[in-house]
Amino acid sequence: MNAQQRTSTYNFAYLDEQTKRMIRRAILKAIAIPGYQVPFASREMPMPYGWGTGGVQVTAAILGPNDVLKVIDQGADDTTNAVSIRKFFERVAGIATTTKTSHATIIQTRHRIPEVPLTAGQVLVYQVPNPEPLRFLEPRETETRKMHALEEYGLMHVKLYEDIARNGHIATTYAYPVKIEGRYVMDPSPTPKFDNPKMHMSDALQLFGAGREKRIYALPPHTQVVSLDFEDHPFEVQRFDKPCALCGAEQVYLDEVILDDRGNRMFVCSDTDHCESRRAKGYRGELGGAQ
Amino acid sequence: MYVAVKGGEAAIDNAHRLLADRRRGDRDVPALTLDQIAEQLALGVDRVMSEGSLYDRRLAALAIKQARGDLIEAIFLLRAYRTTLPRFGYSEPVDTGAMLVERRISACYKDLPGGQLLGPTFDYTHRLLDEVLDGDPAVDVGLQRTDAQEPATHIADILGAEGLIEEDAPAAASEPGDINQTPMEFPLSRATRLQALSRGDEGFLLALGYSTQRGYARSHPFAGEIRIGEVDVELFVPELGFAVPVGRVQLTECQMVNQFKGSAKVPPQFTRGYGLVFGQSERKAMAVALCDRALRAEELGEEVVAPPQDQEFVISHCDNVQATGFVEHLKLPHYVDFQAELGLVRNMRAEHEAMSGSEAREAAE
Repeated sequence: MNAQQRTSTYNFAYLDEQTKRMIRRAILKAIAIPGYQVPFASREMPMPYGWGTGGVQVTAAILGPNDVLKVIDQGADDTTNAVSIRKFFERVAGIATTTKTSHATIIQTRHRIPEVPLTAGQVLVYQVPNPEPLRFLEPRETETRKMHALEEYGLMHVKLYEDIARNGHIATTYAYPVKIEGRYVMDPSPTPKFDNPKMHMSDALQLFGAGREKRIYALPPHTQVVSLDFEDHPFEVQRFDKPCALCGAEQVYLDEVILDDRGNRMFVCSDTDHCESRRAKGYRGELGGAQ
Repeated sequence: MYVAVKGGEAAIDNAHRLLADRRRGDRDVPALTLDQIAEQLALGVDRVMSEGSLYDRRLAALAIKQARGDLIEAIFLLRAYRTTLPRFGYSEPVDTGAMLVERRISACYKDLPGGQLLGPTFDYTHRLLDEVLDGDPAVDVGLQRTDAQEPATHIADILGAEGLIEEDAPAAASEPGDINQTPMEFPLSRATRLQALSRGDEGFLLALGYSTQRGYARSHPFAGEIRIGEVDVELFVPELGFAVPVGRVQLTECQMVNQFKGSAKVPPQFTRGYGLVFGQSERKAMAVALCDRALRAEELGEEVVAPPQDQEFVISHCDNVQATGFVEHLKLPHYVDFQAELGLVRNMRAEHEAMSGSEAREAAE
């Protein structure tokens, strides 16, 4: 895709250079202390809080003219908010965009990690609604910061234990808490726990931006990311009974699509680029049609 | 037959086109001009400037027009614009004592230096719909005084002369805190809290302030003084060595006078809650003053028992741009998380069925 004509009334990538410098400093600090939430002076962006302003600010701060940007929401490039954010950067930065995971230098995401492993040099930017993994156990910021400082994570283990006592298993399916390098408990953003193992020892740099809550955190490449669990109740990811109905992929995360009002449904790849690439290579699922 | 969803881009373009169409409405009705909005919907414009934290009537009017009259959307538009403006300094503190007052009232004294000036107020109007306004009736020009105005002394200065009220805290020597430039970290200073309150949502602060009057963190307030008028904004220019006026802004200021029992160190005296907002917005300034006083509970050694006294609760939730964004983000797709929850509920139902099945068998045996 060619670089588009960019709107010249705003600075490159919208934010002024002072603001970008402030954000880059927060990012550097976050990389230096993996999993630690660094407060930053989040700005109002021209899209609403809760719609990716943290991710957008991080992307704007690290974007260069030669970067190739991919934006996904729920794994798909074509969901409305992903389209909107991609268009925003085309307009204010004039950079090239792509839907191909392997072509992108920066991937901004909401709720998913691409199925294909990311490579060295790529940056994955997460949009984060609630950066604080302890928030729903303790609503006060002053308290949770203290708990992180003292490595006081007993409450989280009690919560997970109560899940097991009540349900026989841990009833957290997304935003499943992880521990970073044996130190900070971190919220992986509301990605399904299916994606948690992809964060572990990734070759790519992972940056997390929470605009409304004004926090940035990071996982440098090759960082240890362990999903919290118990010896007798080890962490498990979701499994699907069927492969993708379009491309036949197994061991990928699937979306359920309702086909009619008689209960018929199909399961398809949530990662649209992965699905399309497989179909281009000739893979077919049961509803993928003849080649 | 389903093939992966496509067309988000075209759908967005079409939706925006329809929005523009609906915004304009019937083409036979003349389009609103920004002057009409700024002149005739002035209080709406003031609210947008105040909560958008940008003092520019024309831009606020434009935002209201673009937002189809949705004031929170207009506030959001203005905020998103102001974030791109360079910041070249902090003004000198404005002197509200030297305000050119258009309205100034006190509920504490029948008369006081500077007098009670009602100004352009809805108070004491009967709220009867005026059908005459359906047309464009001639309106008399407001009366203006010709004699010189007696200076309107701040109520705090009057009470302060007797030591009956707490004194103003000394002005910060260094640059003030700035909620735009530094990350908010709790606990916040009073100055920083007042910044956040000043651009907080009028409705939210009104409700919180109201709750203090109904017994949640009661603070026995008196409307010591409310004044509305214009003040000079001055900027210190180092090259010149003195401050120069850069413009005037209209402000609404509210000083609440509240009871205080006194403590071991401090004799009983009145305390204060303070509210200052852009434009004419008495309701907002009063609500800010009530919330400000409630938030001083800890400083004054009062027991924290209700939400209006809790800074994390009040300040974290008073910004309507943040609130509307996060509430409305629920409209965004959550397919993958919902899928994860669907899977979990199905599993748990299967387990439940298996368990109640075996229980039924046991009961039969």
